[in-house]
Amino acid sequence: MASLPKPDELLAINYKPPRTGWMDTPVKFRRGTYLYGAKPKNLEAVGLPNPREWSPEEEDWKLPENWQEIILEGLRERLGRFRSLQIFMDACVRCGACADKCHFFIGTGDPKNMPVLRAELLRSVYRKDFTTAGKLLGKLFGARELTLDVLKEWYYYFFQCTECRRCSVFCPFGIDTAEITMIARELLNLVGCNIDWIAAPVANCYRTGNHVGIEPHAFKDMVEFCVDEIENITGIRVEPTFNRKGAEILFIAPSGDVFADPGTYTLMGYLMLFHEIGLDYTFSTYASEGGNFGMFTSHEMMKRLNAKMYAEAKRLGVKWILGGECGHMWRVINQYMDTMNGPADFLEEPVSPITGTKFENARSTKMVHIVEFTADLIRHNKIKLDPSRNDHLKVTFHDSCNPARAMGLFEEPRYILKNVCRNFYEMPENTIREQTFCCGSGSGLNSDEYMEMRMRGGFPRANAVKYVRDKYGVNMLACICAVDRAVFPALMDYWVPGVAVAGVHELVGNALVMTGETERETNLRGEPLPVKGKGENGGE
Amino acid sequence: MKDGKNNILPGTHEILTQRKSAILQKWYQRILDSYPAEAARFFKEEQDRFANPVGTTIYQALEGLYEEILQGMEAGRVRACLDSIIRIRAVQDFSPSQAIAFIFQLKHVLKEELAGEIREKGLSLEAVEARLEDLALLAFDIYMQCREQLWELKVMEIKNRTARILERANLTINFPY
Repeated sequence: MASLPKPDELLAINYKPPRTGWMDTPVKFRRGTYLYGAKPKNLEAVGLPNPREWSPEEEDWKLPENWQEIILEGLRERLGRFRSLQIFMDACVRCGACADKCHFFIGTGDPKNMPVLRAELLRSVYRKDFTTAGKLLGKLFGARELTLDVLKEWYYYFFQCTECRRCSVFCPFGIDTAEITMIARELLNLVGCNIDWIAAPVANCYRTGNHVGIEPHAFKDMVEFCVDEIENITGIRVEPTFNRKGAEILFIAPSGDVFADPGTYTLMGYLMLFHEIGLDYTFSTYASEGGNFGMFTSHEMMKRLNAKMYAEAKRLGVKWILGGECGHMWRVINQYMDTMNGPADFLEEPVSPITGTKFENARSTKMVHIVEFTADLIRHNKIKLDPSRNDHLKVTFHDSCNPARAMGLFEEPRYILKNVCRNFYEMPENTIREQTFCCGSGSGLNSDEYMEMRMRGGFPRANAVKYVRDKYGVNMLACICAVDRAVFPALMDYWVPGVAVAGVHELVGNALVMTGETERETNLRGEPLPVKGKGENGGE
Repeated sequence: MKDGKNNILPGTHEILTQRKSAILQKWYQRILDSYPAEAARFFKEEQDRFANPVGTTIYQALEGLYEEILQGMEAGRVRACLDSIIRIRAVQDFSPSQAIAFIFQLKHVLKEELAGEIREKGLSLEAVEARLEDLALLAFDIYMQCREQLWELKVMEIKNRTARILERANLTINFPY
């Protein structure tokens, strides 16, 4: 039984936080604010070091005896391999431009969430062991020993950064905190300190190709479930194919769209669109996942898990690859895949078979984002849309961090939305496009045990949604990321009740007039369609 | 809440209205002091409500609460103001007592700020304090609702994640709640 506090202890309520310096304030692991440690089976599955049963809450993290040596050697090796890391370690002048740009700092008020200080967690150790001044002057030069408390601090704060890169937009030197976080997580992985919410999807992806660990027959079954639903709503049976050799296009979506609502409605939108335009495409039951939690583990793991995309494209003999609405998947594709898994010289420069548009931006990767593809279809009047079916919705758009900041994909989703619905409202300027606020749960932090911290990190985003809900009556938050679709429903329920969440292609599916369809009575969610002429209240 | 028994006397009302700005600033500062210094500075200085949702939301809600204490405690508005502050503090690193301490802190601020009037003019804050007690009780309810909602969201997320898969496996489970 827990010991009861004495009366005088009960009365000693301290309203103020500790006034110790950041280097001397160790982390407290409290449920709701940290992520569970990786289970041994998930590390073993991919050969990651130090698999064991452990918990961040316990004193003993069961580290290898020479863990400091392993990490410092790992850092030395990476400083040599990544010139960017060396520059990021040396270049920061602590100007503070990034300090108040992180959603976690804004939401928590915890100074160690200022990107400059988050990077300093690693930089202080770098100074101690890799700079002369740091070796000689120690703390005076902002250097410190790598102790167990420091390692625990790394775990807490580098798994409290969503790698969203909002801070880097404001850094005059272009320091990318996401890359610092990526390296810090690599170092943590060297001694077995990953979180299970990342380690499990990595292990599953390695085995079955998708985060959930669903095998080919079940994957096919899940997609066909959506096929049945589409038939119920439209009277049309769409016919997706799987592992079909000789298809023109390989389609890869995040598995969240196959397995979890509201992502499944987005998948229905893709399937309906492809059917309507007669696209010659196939799914792969191994490249059955666009998401890549390897990116949150190490560069090597990212490469290893992503290899399936080109491997499957080659095996199936397709001409190019079309990718679904996902976030970090597109950072991997746009910024790493080409040099990491390429060259994809067995594929062709993507050309839309419907409009003839050449996607020159994808000449190198051979992979096109579906919102570029669909926006192009609309631009060329290749699909018939009835936006009144979305009249009960007042829609705003959340720029998902990676498509926004890693791809500059700002206009295409908005162009689609404005064509498939008639009530569209932007959130305030400093919360969208390249300044978009993260959902607070990206980069593998979307676990349920982290709910409390997710609510803090997602508050700046939710606050902007609340503004458009109160001002315009917005009731739908559209996005192009599977993690967004998974985590926004909870975030909205807590901060902005009354706002639902949808992928852009769900709204496309609703508006799409399909050849030979029966008159629709419901939207893709099975809810009654708005009555014509009744506007926003028609569907209520 | 508006029971008529605890009406603030006109003289007190006038002083509280005149000194509103100073009292409000001090009250806000007390809340800010519960955050680390770097955060407190940011919450106070950044005026853009989208760049600084925590600071601006808390300040606006404090102002609203102060008005309600003076004007008559309209239940809906009081609840909305309390909710916007407590909803934030319920998910930050605070114990329940720390999260809602700001209500009692107004008592200290008033006594400090109005010490002269209390001593010299016999200003009574009894009616204001009674209203603060009402606020405190309501704050317990709101704090608990927020925390319970967090757990509900966790459960909903877990259910939603597995529902489709169970459905396809013909394992539809009707949770009796």
